[in-house]
Amino acid sequence: MKPGHGEVLLAEGDVEVREDEEMLVAEFRRQLDAGMWAAVPLDGGGRRTAQLARSFSDVPRDAERVIFFPRAAGGR
Amino acid sequence: MLLALTATALVVVALLWEVAAPRIAELWARHRAGRQVTAAPDYDPGRERRAEARARHLLRSCVNEEEWAMYRDLGFIRVWGMQTERPGGHDAAAGTPYAYLVYPHKPILAYLPQTGRLLNEYCVAFPDETRPYGSARLPDSDDALAKWMALTGDERRLIETANLHLPGRQLDPRQVKRDLWRLRQWERARARSIAGAERAPGGRVPAS
Repeated sequence: MKPGHGEVLLAEGDVEVREDEEMLVAEFRRQLDAGMWAAVPLDGGGRRTAQLARSFSDVPRDAERVIFFPRAAGGR
Repeated sequence: MLLALTATALVVVALLWEVAAPRIAELWARHRAGRQVTAAPDYDPGRERRAEARARHLLRSCVNEEEWAMYRDLGFIRVWGMQTERPGGHDAAAGTPYAYLVYPHKPILAYLPQTGRLLNEYCVAFPDETRPYGSARLPDSDDALAKWMALTGDERRLIETANLHLPGRQLDPRQVKRDLWRLRQWERARARSIAGAERAPGGRVPAS
């Protein structure tokens, strides 16, 4: 998510392919370093939730996507 | 006569200098810094609408069908609280189910669905820290989705991050009560619709 733009595709690849995985890990770190939070939408049947990922290893291997959004801060 | 014209000319020059001096100083500073004047991008009136359309599509792909229909029809999402002890609850009502109303670009509101009692407002924002480009806020649906993901992913972390206020600071309690009433009506209508569809031949539930 990017303010003023909405959804922007940052990177895509197959984690089973080594080059792709390295590229995804690098992008993941870059986003977290930029102050973003990472979330993986989960489909648990009727109820859906999200899982916040603090490192790439937190992302399920079969996850279809990771959504980055600005870190939450106390608002006014 | 000549004296009067001279005085008038001096006044005109002084006034022009007052108007032009800042501009001249800016141009001089720009020249010394070697910066060039770059044209500002044209205002695109469709940009925010496209961003919101993308955000709605993303939100719909993440939340379940009921939550999406709720957001589409009512403008907010109800998220059930998952903590065993509800936030800020140390009274006799502790342990009862609680929920949040998630509005875009408004505080998250905690309440007790059984009684409709409003508990707290949690003021939270998602500021873009990727300066110098960050400033514009998230599209409405992205803001709602960010709150939904943060609440369902790590409720305690989000609540601890937010600024806590009593109900009524930003959200009008009367409006919230109306929203809760609308939500109850909406849920009844939806339940009737689903039950009717299941009883109908073929038993197909209409898509929301």
